[in-house]
Amino acid sequence: MHNYESFSAERAEQIISRHKDRKGATLPILHDLQETFGCVPDEAVVMIAETLNLSRAEVHGCVTFYHDFRKKVPGRRILKVCRAESCQAAGGNALIARAEERLGIGMGETTADGSVTLEPVYCLGLCHSSPAAMLDDKVYAMLDEAKIDAIVSEADR
Amino acid sequence: MSTRIFIPRDAGSLALGADEVAKAVAKRAQKDGIDIEIVRNGSRGMFWLEPLVEVETPEGRIGYGPVQESDVDSLFEANFFEAGDHPLKLGLVEEIPFFKRQTRLTFARVGITDPRSIEDYKAHGGYVGLKKAIEMGQEAIIEEITTSGLRGRGGAGFPTGIKWNTVYQAQSPEKYIVCNADEGDSGTFADRMLMEGDPLMLIEGMTIAGIAVGATYGYVYIRSEYPHAVEAMNAAIEAAREAGTLGDNILGSGFSYDMEVRVGAGAYVCGEETSLLDSVEGKRGEVRAKPPLPAHVGLFGKPTIINNVLSLSAVPHIIADGGSHYQEFGVGRSRGTMPIQLAGNIKHGGLYETAFGITLGELVNDIGGGTRSGKEVRAVQVGGPLGAYLHPSQFQLPFGYEEFSAEDALIGHGGIVVFDETVDMAKMARFAMEFCAVESCGKCTPCRIGSSRGVELLDKIMAGENRQANLAVLEDLCDTMKFGSLCALGGFTPYPVMSALTHFPEDFGAEPKRLEAAE
Ligand SMILES: Cc1cc2nc3c(=O)[nH]c(=O)nc-3n(C[C@H](O)[C@H](O)[C@H](O)COP(=O)(O)O)c2cc1C
Ligand code: SF4
Ligand code: FES
Repeated sequence: MHNYESFSAERAEQIISRHKDRKGATLPILHDLQETFGCVPDEAVVMIAETLNLSRAEVHGCVTFYHDFRKKVPGRRILKVCRAESCQAAGGNALIARAEERLGIGMGETTADGSVTLEPVYCLGLCHSSPAAMLDDKVYAMLDEAKIDAIVSEADR
Repeated sequence: MSTRIFIPRDAGSLALGADEVAKAVAKRAQKDGIDIEIVRNGSRGMFWLEPLVEVETPEGRIGYGPVQESDVDSLFEANFFEAGDHPLKLGLVEEIPFFKRQTRLTFARVGITDPRSIEDYKAHGGYVGLKKAIEMGQEAIIEEITTSGLRGRGGAGFPTGIKWNTVYQAQSPEKYIVCNADEGDSGTFADRMLMEGDPLMLIEGMTIAGIAVGATYGYVYIRSEYPHAVEAMNAAIEAAREAGTLGDNILGSGFSYDMEVRVGAGAYVCGEETSLLDSVEGKRGEVRAKPPLPAHVGLFGKPTIINNVLSLSAVPHIIADGGSHYQEFGVGRSRGTMPIQLAGNIKHGGLYETAFGITLGELVNDIGGGTRSGKEVRAVQVGGPLGAYLHPSQFQLPFGYEEFSAEDALIGHGGIVVFDETVDMAKMARFAMEFCAVESCGKCTPCRIGSSRGVELLDKIMAGENRQANLAVLEDLCDTMKFGSLCALGGFTPYPVMSALTHFPEDFGAEPKRLEAAE
């Protein structure tokens, strides 16, 4: 469960200065900002560029390059279900379809009440026990219909 | 003295309920007044038995598994803490054939020790390599790595000794050691298990690399999908600093080396070494043209060793026991052992470390136990999303770099994904193209545009539209991608596609392969 803060320049400033002297500080800053605000707000992009002496385009290009970084605040819980080959081999696609149906949303979408964001992931390193999923930081493997239903209910509480 | 009970903290075990089991065991023990100590070890790699609970006895460690939270009460009633009988009792863990048949050099401690304990690490052979390396000096270390025949375990199989020597020879006051822990290939989890199960060994390997080439700082780039590995590595780095095996003047040797973790951000291509370096530098992870090699112009423009987790983790053993010992294992030019990962629709999913040369069929059928569904094995993909699909008629193939390339296949990072007869290989070919389109860094047209074209073509082929003509266009497209791409993402995506088409033409609406009928 995430309780994201709403954006404040002061808070963003704090986060940026915490990392600014590290070499290649951009990714650590972006991760930290996203953990705090749920996404990387445009205002913060400008601040990073100024502090690290980069162009806005460089920082913006970085944010858009990586699948992890969001421009919008996600749902309170993030459910990632694995789409990669090993999980497909073990019946993962049918479970993805089931999760989509139960939540009434597609991959990459958030439920109307803002409770869950559903995202694809390409391997969680749990392929010894495919299919696998992750709800926030909690991992699940050897999924079957009953287990995915339980995870969806847990997420959508 | 309290009885030691081992319940893994490996993410794979957690995903199967290990935390819930550990909590229930602690609670019940307290209620019953039984004196136990719970150790959160790594996993032994037998995931169909996870959560695997082990009890230390004078005869050895007795296993119970797979244990669910709901089994805990009955385990206590059976006095499992005194190795009592229970339907889940497996006997001595080290006698389980899957475990016993392995040659565990790199994974020797994983599942056995407490990954966060320096004491435990030392008690099980930790730092023997580091101490020896300090005495040997730089050139002798590199010589030993060269003798071992170790080749990169990340996929490309480049000789590690040559790479290290290049960085050693490079003149620069600043050099770096970078560990590639991006492990993006489906079907692989060995890096994850190692970082969670024996992180101190990876640190030791990187420290030896630093000493060997004169680098004083390093980075482990871990994918963001691995929060547990990130936590384990950070804890181990702290522990090593406190123990004086990381930081200034390591063990009083005069050598200094320190390191930190960097977390990726969900880009598969960042596993490619130059893209990874750009990512650590805080940029978009675009692939750099080579030359210059990272060994000459690497991280922040300085000479850099970039190696996979498994390559660096093989180092302490190689230095401790000698390169010639390591190279005694294996076949042809594939020396030593490979931690092979069994995945997909497989009965015995897990990690199996063995000398190169074992056949694919032995791995899938004898060790892996065939499919989990109980249906026939139809195809296996080896080496991740850029690896070829192999047909059971190729099961006599020995596991080795050259042996696989001779069949237009690759071993990559050692992952084997098993599919049963329900698989539609045209769909898998489409997925390979789709994956390439999603993950392309965008630098070259054949990869960026070609992969999307490939998806469209496969859709048409599956719909039966101008099948023959479209199959011919697909082959052309694959050729263009193979020869016109800067890195292996665009360059190797044709392998899963073409191998699916070659070995399973009937799934593409073409004539079944005649060859099989003859066999
Ligand atoms: C698209 C792509 C993804 C890759 N992903 C990884 C990876 O996740 N881990 C890895 O060690 N090597 C990966 N590699 C290989 C690296 O480029 C490089 O060969 C390796 O890090 C070198 O280390 P090694 O010699 O120890 O294998 C990838 C290569 C490509 C082209
Ligand atoms: S082949 Fe694809 S991923 Fe590799 S450099 Fe070219 S565009 Fe980037
Ligand atoms: S492919 Fe799904 S966890 Fe690896």
